[in-house]
Amino acid sequence: MWKIDLESSKWVTFIVFWLFKNVSCNSVAQKIYVELNNTVPCVRLLNATHQIGCQSSISGDTGVIHVLESEADLEWPLSKGPNPPYMVLLESSLFTKSIMMKMKNASSRVAGVVVVPKTSPREFSPHTTCPNENTGRRISNLAHCNQTVWNPRGNGLSYEEFDFPVFSLKEDNETEVIKQCYFDHNRVVNGSGPQYPLCAMQLFSHMFAVTDTATCMRRSNIDFSSSPVMVCDPLGGYNVWAFIRPYNSTAFGHKENESVVIAAARLDSRAFFLQDSTGAEGSVSGFVTLLAAAQALRQATQEAPPTRNILFAFFHGEVFDYIGSSRMVYNMKNNKFVIDLDNVHSILEIGQVKTLRSGSNLFLHSDPVSRRNNTVDDEVTNLVNNLHSSTAGLNFSFVESGFSQPLPPSSFQRFLRARAIPGIVLADHQTAFNNRYYESFYDNAAHLNLTYPSNLSPEEQLEFVTDTAKSLTEVATAVARALFKQAGGNDSQVNNINADPKTVTQMLYGFLVRSNNSWFQAVMAPELKDVLREHSATTDANALTYLVQYLLANLTGTATNLTQSQCKKPDELPNESTYVYSYLWVQGMVPPNSTQRESFCVRTAVRRVMAVSPAFDLGDYVSKEYSTWTESQRKFIKARIFLVASRDLEMMTLGVGVAVLFTSLLVTYFVSTKADVLFSAVREPANAAY
Amino acid sequence: MTAAVFFGCAFIAFGPAFSLFIFTIAKDPLRVIILIAGAFFWLVSLLLSSLVWFIATKATNAQDLTLQKDLLIFGCVFSVILQEVFRFAYYRLLRKANEGLAAISEEDGPPLSVREMAYVAGLGFGIMSGAFSMINTLSDSLGPGTVGMFGDSQYYFITSALMTLALTLLHTFWGVVFFEGCERRRWWVIAVVLCLHLMVFSLSLLNPLYVGSILPVYAIMLLMAVWAFFSSGGSLHNITLLWMCRKSNTETSS
Repeated sequence: MWKIDLESSKWVTFIVFWLFKNVSCNSVAQKIYVELNNTVPCVRLLNATHQIGCQSSISGDTGVIHVLESEADLEWPLSKGPNPPYMVLLESSLFTKSIMMKMKNASSRVAGVVVVPKTSPREFSPHTTCPNENTGRRISNLAHCNQTVWNPRGNGLSYEEFDFPVFSLKEDNETEVIKQCYFDHNRVVNGSGPQYPLCAMQLFSHMFAVTDTATCMRRSNIDFSSSPVMVCDPLGGYNVWAFIRPYNSTAFGHKENESVVIAAARLDSRAFFLQDSTGAEGSVSGFVTLLAAAQALRQATQEAPPTRNILFAFFHGEVFDYIGSSRMVYNMKNNKFVIDLDNVHSILEIGQVKTLRSGSNLFLHSDPVSRRNNTVDDEVTNLVNNLHSSTAGLNFSFVESGFSQPLPPSSFQRFLRARAIPGIVLADHQTAFNNRYYESFYDNAAHLNLTYPSNLSPEEQLEFVTDTAKSLTEVATAVARALFKQAGGNDSQVNNINADPKTVTQMLYGFLVRSNNSWFQAVMAPELKDVLREHSATTDANALTYLVQYLLANLTGTATNLTQSQCKKPDELPNESTYVYSYLWVQGMVPPNSTQRESFCVRTAVRRVMAVSPAFDLGDYVSKEYSTWTESQRKFIKARIFLVASRDLEMMTLGVGVAVLFTSLLVTYFVSTKADVLFSAVREPANAAY
Repeated sequence: MTAAVFFGCAFIAFGPAFSLFIFTIAKDPLRVIILIAGAFFWLVSLLLSSLVWFIATKATNAQDLTLQKDLLIFGCVFSVILQEVFRFAYYRLLRKANEGLAAISEEDGPPLSVREMAYVAGLGFGIMSGAFSMINTLSDSLGPGTVGMFGDSQYYFITSALMTLALTLLHTFWGVVFFEGCERRRWWVIAVVLCLHLMVFSLSLLNPLYVGSILPVYAIMLLMAVWAFFSSGGSLHNITLLWMCRKSNTETSS
């Protein structure tokens, strides 16, 4: 007998596994599906009472593609079309509230929506008309925008709940493939329905969390398990702040005889699709101005330190009910911060600042309720005077907004909720927002009029000083001078304080056009340089806060000549202390004649601190006081297109299969029972040649 | 495409093989062993021929599509030849095994006749060949999409299943005919089986012109069915006997 011995079978197994590993699969799936890689989904967010955003079913939603041509064309997917459900492809001009609500109401026939951003509409703001109305300043008759509707163009689309997936595609080859597939297979010819097979799309964006934050936190099982499986993640980010004269960071609570002026700006913004946020006018203009002001103040405050300290605070998470600022106020109230609310003298916040041509005005907003107190009113008037005098010699002026007008949505409102502190919010709007694209994807570089001549290379564009940059520089100069005076600085020094237009234009370019440029690479740490490569800075909280931290460090800190290992452990040196400063090793520029970067150690007072809403510390997930926003976790995000066959063909296949099976069972049974008749000469005589 | 297509194609491709298995093979453990060993022999032949093809493709330029297609055809021809070689090898193995089984069995004479072994061996080859052709396609038929995005025909799944069905039955019939030809020392039978196998392979190259491939293959299958019927002891007389529902006199010997 032929034996297969153990060794040769091992050899065969080895060959099989090696082949399996090396052979590339040319499977049938490649003939069927086209995967779409460049997609951005709309995700589900939850707060104390609602869930908003979009959800797909757990095995994806499939629908026949229909490219919407106009609002009237909506009839086809919603009522007339013979092959529901439909996957509606919209161009950005059709992405309006009325169309989305009509589809939401007919959601049994709509499997999903895909948005292709193309031209900007004239105005579009998916945010609410009264942003953050429940978590701002607590005032009875002026709350909920009774007097001034801040965002009148807001349609609230970002805060609606859809039970089908909504995806956004970038306009590129994939969109062309989809449209080609639609034109080949799905077009309606002379009123009759299109023929099978039809072009269809499947979207996967299944979200795990439901109902509200309290439910999903309960389901996340935090209290009962040492390694909880999170169903949703609290929204939040990182605050970046820096004192001009830093304190010992371990000494929390009230500081005797210390008076601090807070200069604040917000960092974040959102769009309907969370990953598409840009916020050029909404947030970037504000924090870039503050960064430039911080740089302008550096020299003057080192030569002649003012009596009061100045805190530059950049808050993250302000879009979602003031996460960053409520965290700082909470820390101040509970002695978890280096100063407390008694140390705060006044607040100057920079809101949306898009300046137009020269000679335009910026408006100063104050809170009428706290100004009923005379001391507060005097301080506010003093601050307003400082601001007015700071615009001497500049091409714009500050104008006070109406006295009885409430404060626009701003981080300052959270401070006022805790204590009546004098303060001013700077903005480019007198009453309602001027921003036509507030918290939308279209609030981008073009909206801020950032235009570069066409023949410039990217590095030349980085250096080119745009008109927008020039006007923001003037604002930054005025802000810096006002802050210096407000902090009690010497008046003779004031005219030496000037913001640098080159810094401003480089920051605008980096945040709004291209993050991966040579200057941003130079200010970042070596281990963070890939953060710039992967994301556009404004869309990713990590990238944005790291960039602001390192920019602030480079603009206000001091370059030291510590080595890299000393920079990691500066406490061993006599004059350095990590309690007061933080030491960052940055990449530095590449000098023109070499390829090696000149890295160095920056000693800076900048801190980047995690900012999550206090509601999660307190475990109060239905809090009316703090933000309770969370983002749902999800399985995976996938989109693909393919052809679908008609139901008739599928049923016919099944029918043929069942028929074949039954026939073969019957025939085989019949033949096997009658085998002895059919195959007569079964047994030969024993002496045959077997 | 969906569960309907999955089950439909699975039933088409494996229905006859399944019914043959449960009615004729499952009750006798010896037949099951011979079936599985036959499947294994087919698998080894495929492995060796695919090794040859794999080395050939890796040694040549992967971008040259006509060369790759030619290499594929060469590989398949080589695989067909190797399958028949292994069928012959399996025949020799079973002949040797039969003597040993006859020695240890309790009955007089061998427990399985060569005809039965031929049928089971052929079915083993057929089942494994069908499984290899169809399982990959079946798993993709479960998803929501169907073939056609890149210009292929939308009847891909059904025609694959029909081809698999034909191939399974063809292997069974070839097994019967082949073993009978080896028994009777009729070597021309082997040559004819090999030629028919090559013809079926070359007809499958005509896909997606399904009319040109499926119909001739089914014609060949019917021809082989008739030949196998006659070579395994059937005759027209038996059919007429059956038709008249009368048992023949030779039944007493079983």
